[in-house]
Order: sequence, then C-alpha cells, then structure tokens
Amino acid sequence: MDATVLARIQFAVTIMYHFLFVPLSIGIGAILVIAERRYYKSGDVDDKAAADFWIKIFTATFAVGVATGITMEFAFGTNWASFSRFVGDIFGAPLAAEALFAFFLESSFLAVLLFGRNRVSKKFFYVATWLVWAGSLLSAFWIIIADSWMQTPAGYKIVASAAGSKAVLTDFFAAAFNPSTLPRYFHTIAAIMIMGGFIAMAVAAYYFLMGRNTKFAKTTMSVGAMIAIIATIAMAPMAHWQAVSVADNQPVKLAALEGQWETGPAGMGIVGWVDTHNKVTHSIAIPNAISLLATGNPKTPYKGLNAISAEQTAKGIPDGGLPPLQATYQMYRGMILLYPVIILAVFLVWRLNRKDKIATHTKLLKFLCFAPIAPLLAIELGWAVAEVGRQPWTVYNLLLTKDAVSAVVPAGQILATLIGFIILYTLMYIAWGRFVFKLIKRGPQVSENTTETSEVA
Amino acid sequence: MLAYIWFALIGVLVTGYVVMDGLDLGTGIIYPFIAKSEEDRRVVLRSVGPVWDGNEVWLLTAGGALFAAFPAVYATVFSGFYLALMLVLFCLILRVGALEFRPVDPEWRGFWDGVLFVASALISLLIGVAAGNLIRGIPLTNAGEFAGNFFTLLNPFALLVGVTGFVWFMLQGSSWLALKATGELQKRAAVMRRFSTLAVIIMFIVTTVLAPMLAPTAFATGTSTLIAFIAAAVAIVGIVMSIVYGSRNRDLPAFVGSSLVIAGAVGIWAGSVFPNIVPALGGSGPSLSIAGSSSSNLALLAMLIIAAIGVPLVLGYSVLIYRTYAGRIAASDETDGHY
Repeated sequence: MDATVLARIQFAVTIMYHFLFVPLSIGIGAILVIAERRYYKSGDVDDKAAADFWIKIFTATFAVGVATGITMEFAFGTNWASFSRFVGDIFGAPLAAEALFAFFLESSFLAVLLFGRNRVSKKFFYVATWLVWAGSLLSAFWIIIADSWMQTPAGYKIVASAAGSKAVLTDFFAAAFNPSTLPRYFHTIAAIMIMGGFIAMAVAAYYFLMGRNTKFAKTTMSVGAMIAIIATIAMAPMAHWQAVSVADNQPVKLAALEGQWETGPAGMGIVGWVDTHNKVTHSIAIPNAISLLATGNPKTPYKGLNAISAEQTAKGIPDGGLPPLQATYQMYRGMILLYPVIILAVFLVWRLNRKDKIATHTKLLKFLCFAPIAPLLAIELGWAVAEVGRQPWTVYNLLLTKDAVSAVVPAGQILATLIGFIILYTLMYIAWGRFVFKLIKRGPQVSENTTETSEVA
Repeated sequence: MLAYIWFALIGVLVTGYVVMDGLDLGTGIIYPFIAKSEEDRRVVLRSVGPVWDGNEVWLLTAGGALFAAFPAVYATVFSGFYLALMLVLFCLILRVGALEFRPVDPEWRGFWDGVLFVASALISLLIGVAAGNLIRGIPLTNAGEFAGNFFTLLNPFALLVGVTGFVWFMLQGSSWLALKATGELQKRAAVMRRFSTLAVIIMFIVTTVLAPMLAPTAFATGTSTLIAFIAAAVAIVGIVMSIVYGSRNRDLPAFVGSSLVIAGAVGIWAGSVFPNIVPALGGSGPSLSIAGSSSSNLALLAMLIIAAIGVPLVLGYSVLIYRTYAGRIAASDETDGHY
C-alpha cells in the first residue's frame, strides 16, 4: 500500500477513536453541570454523591480525549506535512487558539473538580463545572472552524512561491466564519447533546434493571430524557441548515450524497444502491425533495455526477473529482436512518416517564442500556461522510489529498505507527472501560465524612 | 518584525512547557526510586495530579503556535523526526493512562507504575535529543525537507543533549517533590535534588566543552552568541539558587532556581539557532530562517491579538490552580479525592 493510503487509514483510525471520546465527554459534561447545579441548590448528600459520580466518569473520558487529541495535533505535521505547509497560515491559528482559550480553561478547572471539593467554596466549585463544560464547547468550536475551512475555504488567497503554492490569510473573520462553520457547529453540538442524554438514560436504565440506586436512577432518567428530547427536536432544523449549506457550497458532495447522476432537480433517497459501473443509482426516493427543502422550489436543478466528472476530468483532477460514491451514499443513509431510531427511543422514554411507568418496563430499559450506540454511530458516520465526501480533496478545490501527505515519511513507518496506535488505543479503551464500568457497578456513593477515597474494591 | 516576536513567543511557550511539564516528567523519572510505599506513591501522584494536564497544554499551545506562525518548520521537523515524535506521542498517551487510571485500578497498579517511569524517562530523553539535533542542524533538501533518517538523529551531540535534558528534568522533578512532600519522602527528594544538581553541572560543562567540536555551526552570529550568553547566565543563577537554597531546605526558591535552569536551557537553544529556527547541517541546503519560514503578517498579527487575550487568561488560571493546591501533601492527608 502506498504512503497516502496508509496515512489516510491512520488518520481515519485515530480521528474516529478520538471522536468517540469527544462527544462522550461534552455530552457527559452537560449531565455533570446539571447534577452539580442540583447539589449546589439542595446541599443534599445524595445529590453530592450523584455529582461526584459524574465528575469521575467525565474525568476518565475527558482524559482519553485529551491523550488522543495530542495525536491529532501531531498528525498534521508528522503525516500531512505538505498540507501543513499549504494551510499553516490559516489552519494553525484555530489550533493554537483552541489550546489557549479552551484547553487551559478545561484542564485548570478540571483540577478543581477532581481535587478541590474541600479546598474551594461551594460556589466556586459550581462555577468550575460550568467553566469546564464551556471549555469543551469552545474547543469544539475552534476545531470546527479549522475543519470547515477545509470544506468551504474563505478569506484567503493562493500565493505561489519557490517551495510550492500556499493559502495565505486575507480576512480573519471570513476564514473563521466561512460558509459552513456555523451550521456544522450547531449540527455537531445537537448530535453531542443527544449523545449525552442517551448516556444518562443508559446509566439510569441499568440501575432500574438492577433494582438499586433508584432515587439516582429516577433523577438521571428525567435529566437524560429532557436533554435528549430538546436535542433531538433541535437536531431537525440544525441538520436542515447543514444540508442546505452543503447544497449551496459543495455541489459535488451533494450529488454524491444522493447518488444523482444526471443534472436536474434533486430527490431524497431513503435506501438505495449506487451502481458505479452503469452509472445509475437504484433507490427508493422522494422525488424533488432536496431541491424543495434547499431552495423552496422543487424544480431547482443540481449538477449530476456525470457532468461534474466530465468537467473535473477535463481539468486533470483525479477520480473525476468525485469521492468514493458507494461509501459516501451508504454512510449518509446510515446517519439519517439512525435518526428515526433515536426519535422512537426518546418518544417512548418521554411517554413512559410521564406516566411514571418506566422503572418496570424491562424491555425498554434493556434497549436503553445499549441505545447510546445509535447516536454515537450516527456521529461517527456523519463525520466520516463529511470528510470522505470531500475527497479527492483535502482542502476543497484547493489541495488534493495525494499532494497533502508528508513527502519524507516512508510507507513502512506509517504502517508501523498505525499498528502501534491500534495496540495503544485498544489498551487505553480497556483501561477506560474497566474504570467506567467499575464506577457504574459501584454506583454513586454517599460518604460519611465528605472524604472521597476513590479506592474501588 | 512580527516573525521575530513570534520566535520569542514560541520560545516562551516552549519554556512554559519544559518548566511546567518538566516538574511532572521529572517526578515520573524519580518516582520508582524515591517512592518506597503505596502511601509515598500516592503523595507523589497527588503532587502532580491537579496540574499535569494543564502542564501538557503548554505543549499543545506551543505546537499550535509553531504550526500557525512557522508552518514550514512545523512540517519539516514533525515529518522529519517522524519515528522519534511518534515515540514521544505514544509515551504521552500512556502517561495519561498511568496518571488517570492507576489510582482506581488496583490490579493494574504495577503496570501503570512501570509505564509512568518509562514514558516520563523516554519523553525527557527524546526532547533533549530533538533539541540537540536542532542546535547542531539537520540535513535539509533545497525544498526545505528533512534529508536524513531516524539514525541521523542519533548523533553524539544530540545524545549528549538528550542526557542533559534528562538530568534537567530530574532536577525539576526532585525540586518539585522536595517542595510538595513531607517526612522521609521529602528528605529523599532533597537528596535526589542534590544529586541532580551535580549531574546538571557536569552535563552543562561537558556539553559546553564539546559543542564547538560536535556542533561547529551553532552560535553562528554575534546576536546569537549574545542571546546564548544571557541565557547561560540565567541558567547559572538557577544552578546557584538550587545549590544554595537546596542546602538550606528552602524548597520554594530552590524550585524557582531549577525552573530558571530549564528556562536558561531553552534560551541557549534559541540563541544557538538564531536567526534561523532550523539550521541546515553543513550547508546541506538553505536553513529554515525566522524571516523566511514565517506565516503572513496578517496571520501573525491575528495570532498576536489572540495571544494578547489568551495568555493573561492562562496565567490567571495557572496562578489560581497552583495557589489552590499550594502547600505540602502529607501521606495521612486523604481529603483531596481521586488518589
């Protein structure tokens, strides 16, 4: 395998792993803030135990997120040096800003959460939980700025030099708030909040099934359901906004997402199969739906894959300038089809919880224990489709992926480190899993003398 | 002009990293030698528990700032030092496991203890090796790409600086622990501090004597030598403080001394390469200079504004956290949670 393919696999493995822990920690952060708020208002020992429980789960998850996040910052330089030279003028600033504004905020106040219960005032502690969570939201914002610039570059000019051409910043705010930044940010945050709600519901469902910690389970179920309901409803307009942004700014991606070969009004496929050989997509689709949703006019034409491919090939762009079509099409469907599953789960929880019947509904509880997989999978698929759908470009229409990779790193070294990552990340996953499952098994604990030794027997 | 400001600022960020993370890396190195019991180990871990994560953020900030201000340097060094940096990265990730999961996972304690030592030691050594190579210069192509391989990096000078870095971090770690621990543990840390100070002095002399032979092109210009002299003076003041205050058991100024030693070391490094960032070894190609490899003025200005807002905030948080956790940690003191 050549170095570019291996570098892509390595990036995919490390970013998708990292992106398991990021939504988990931001989502759990929301649960934590609510739990700490409850304790701050009530001063009740049970509420304290609940808040401490979430602090521990949050911290372990956050730690793995931090560790695997360092990989990502290194990866641009180690594996994607030509990309770094090309985009450094623009892309580096959000990364530095993320560290400066978000990481320091999170790490400093996380120290308060972990060790400070008896050292700082109750109010300070409560504010610290908010600041840690705010830091994680801010961190996501800077990263989405950087990534969105690769999707819809703005505020730059291309300058040629002896060492090759590069993008140079001309307008900071145009680059930061490029056309896809805001829709992508809110779309991602809505997904992460759904995730957080589902985690809380899963933990609560586990205690209901075990028939213990029922008071905690009740509160947690209500909080989780509330977050999940709000976020699931908010998801609809956010997803719409994001889809419109793709339709407006990334016509190639839109055609690939819908497997639309001929130029004309775009329909919305529910399920289907892209036959790349005969250049036709077999699908059950709602005709003209995309055109209608994106522009309000069902007749608005969008360019088809055939026309795009002919144009791009004439310009000498590899693969006809098209992403891997089947993967893009199916991953997108996967993400979309998980949404009704999520809606159904949230609806059932809402109804049963209102009638106070959820504690005895074993089937639903069992389902809820595993339900976080749905939003997590949707998040991973959504991210993957955003990145894969941009291929063969790393920076849309500016830098091809084959020109982005490090020139001096041999394929063998990338393969070796890829194997290293897989071993290391598996180890970290087991260590994290052991920790979290032990904590959940033990449950929130009320300690007599406010001292918390975290000895897990 | 902006490029030179950013060269200095990245110097500050790197100094921030080696001073701050140096205290927990060094603590990781001496950990198996001075922590004799489980109580000792907990005290050691608690001394770095609230701060290591924030300390590591300095590395992320320095890396991000290098990417933003000098993309060519970031690209060349990170891809050129590929395997070495990946090793650092793996160690950083493993250390997180040791620091986060050890306290709550009794069955894996021995494993995490080993990881903490090996990972901290390797990171310290490799940071020194990387710095040694950058001082000596690395082979570069005309396009500014690294022209060597992994073994190019293992030259005598780089290894020498690697060992120097290692003992520097040891001094920082033992000074920290001497400041934070109590009783027998504190005494052992103070002994380790004396030993490390001696090792730092020896390595400082050996490196200085051998540098003209092993790294002949370093300190190329007058300005370069001037910066290095000032930095060396800072380091020497630090060493004297470490000896004088260390022997009087005044642990805070001794720690300030060891921090100055490390800050001085970064200054010497910065001086040795000025006005380049990455000098080309033996005229193998054009060096990556400060002026020639920087981002556009607009990007540097935007970053400067970001830094002007962000850095005071960061200093504020750091003061707040170090003050919150100021004071010694006794083995009997179990009120701090987590560990």
